[in-house]
Amino acid sequence: MSEIRLNMPFDKEELRRLRAGDNVLLSGEMFVFRDAGHKRLFASIEAGKPDIDYVGETVYFMGPCPAQKGQIMGSCGPTTSCRMDKYTPFMFDHGLAAQIGKGKRSPECVEAFKRNGGVYFAAIGGAGALYSKCVTAVKEICYPDLGTEAIRKITVKDFPVVVAIDSCGGSVYEE
Amino acid sequence: MTEIDVNLIAEGIKNAIDKISCEVEPSCAAALCAARDAEKNPTTRFALDVMCKNVEYACEQHLPVCQDTGMVVVFLKIGQDVKLTGDFLDDAVNGAVREAFAPLRKSVLDPVSRVNTKDNTPAVIHTSIVKGDAVQAEIMLKGFGSENMSQLYMLNPAQGLETAKELIVQTVASAASNPCPPVIIGVGLGGTFEKCAEMSKHALFRRIGSANPDPVLDALEKELLGKINALGIGAQGFGGATTALGVFIESYPTHISSLPVAVNVLCHCSRAAKFTISEGGVSYE
Repeated sequence: MSEIRLNMPFDKEELRRLRAGDNVLLSGEMFVFRDAGHKRLFASIEAGKPDIDYVGETVYFMGPCPAQKGQIMGSCGPTTSCRMDKYTPFMFDHGLAAQIGKGKRSPECVEAFKRNGGVYFAAIGGAGALYSKCVTAVKEICYPDLGTEAIRKITVKDFPVVVAIDSCGGSVYEE
Repeated sequence: MTEIDVNLIAEGIKNAIDKISCEVEPSCAAALCAARDAEKNPTTRFALDVMCKNVEYACEQHLPVCQDTGMVVVFLKIGQDVKLTGDFLDDAVNGAVREAFAPLRKSVLDPVSRVNTKDNTPAVIHTSIVKGDAVQAEIMLKGFGSENMSQLYMLNPAQGLETAKELIVQTVASAASNPCPPVIIGVGLGGTFEKCAEMSKHALFRRIGSANPDPVLDALEKELLGKINALGIGAQGFGGATTALGVFIESYPTHISSLPVAVNVLCHCSRAAKFTISEGGVSYE
C-alpha cells in the first residue's frame, strides 16, 4: 500500500485528492480537544466571541494521558468521533479543514465534508502509546480546568491515519 | 478464621493497575496478533499491525497502552472464614486507585455537574461472600468508547433465545467501528436487571480461547462468535474477518415472565488481572 505524506495546515487541493482508504502520514500542527472542549467552544461561539480560530485547521478528537517520564505527551489515541457529530457541520461550514478521530460519522457530517472539501481521518483506536511517539510539541491553548479535555495544539511528525471519509463522501466504512 | 489486612488487597490492586494499564492481557494480545496474521484486507491489516505494535511498544516502554485508562472495576470474592483487618475495604481500594492513577488519565466525574473527581475514584466495587478462607480479586480498567456501546434488553419469554441471539449480534453491528474492534463480548443471560448486567461485565474476565464449562453455553458462544465475525465489520470498522476475539456468557436463573439479556462490549485491549490473597500471601494468576 502506498503511503502519502501531508503537512498541516493542509493545502485544500491536496485534501481533495485524497480517497477513502488512503494511508497518510501527517506532520505539522493540529488542535486537540473532545467533548467538553467542543461544548465550551460552542458556548463562546454563541456568545459571539469564539475562544479559538480554527479556519484552515485540523481538530483531533483526543484527551491524552499525562506525559510519563521523558515524554512530550502521554498516550494519545483517538476517541469516538460520533459524539462530536452535532458540532461538526457548523465547524466545516466555517472553515475547518479536517478532523481526526475514530468511527463512523452521521450523514449530516458527510454532507458537510462534501460541501466544504473537508476530510475525516481515522486514527487507530487504542494505539495511544505508539501515537505518543509522533508528538514533538504541545501548546496549552485554553480551558486548562478541563484537564485532559482542555484545548491544546500539538505538533506531530509522521502521524499514521487512514482517510475514513473523503471530500466526495467516499467512506472506508461502506462495503 | 484467617486474618487478611485490607492493605494487602489495596497493594495488590495498586500493583495490578500499574501493570495492566501498560500490558494487555496476554491471551488478548495473542488473539490480536493472530487476527493480524489472518487478515486479508490491506487497510484492516495495516490497522491491526499498528494495534499489535502498540501493544508491544506499551509493554516494553511501560506506557499506558491506551490514553483511556478507564474506570476501575473490581470484583472481590471474600471467603466466609476471612476476617478483614485494617482500614475500611472500599476506602482502601479507592486509596489504591488514587495512588495508581497519579500518572494515568483521570476520566471519572460527577454525572450531574460533570466535575472531575481528579483522581479517577471511585472504583466500581462488587463484593460477594464465598466459601473458604481467601480473598480473590479481579480487576479491570474499562474504557468507555466500548462501554457506551453496551446494551441491556428485558425480553418476553415468547421472544426466547432466538431473539436474544439476534439482539446480541445486532448490538455489535450497531456499535460498528466505535468500540475499537475487534471487540470482546460479555453476555449476561437471566437473573434480574442488575444481575444480568453484572454477569455481562464479569464474563469479560474470561481468557480468549477458554471454553465455557457449560457445554450448552459453550456452543452458544461459538455460534455467536461466528455470526458476529460474519458481520464483516473488522478491526477499526475497516472491514475484515475479525470483528470479535471472543464471546463469553454467564447465566443465572430468571423469572417466568422474562429473559434479561445484557451485552457488555470491550475493546481489543483487555486490561484485566486476577490475584488471590490467602494466609500464604498474594498469588497472581
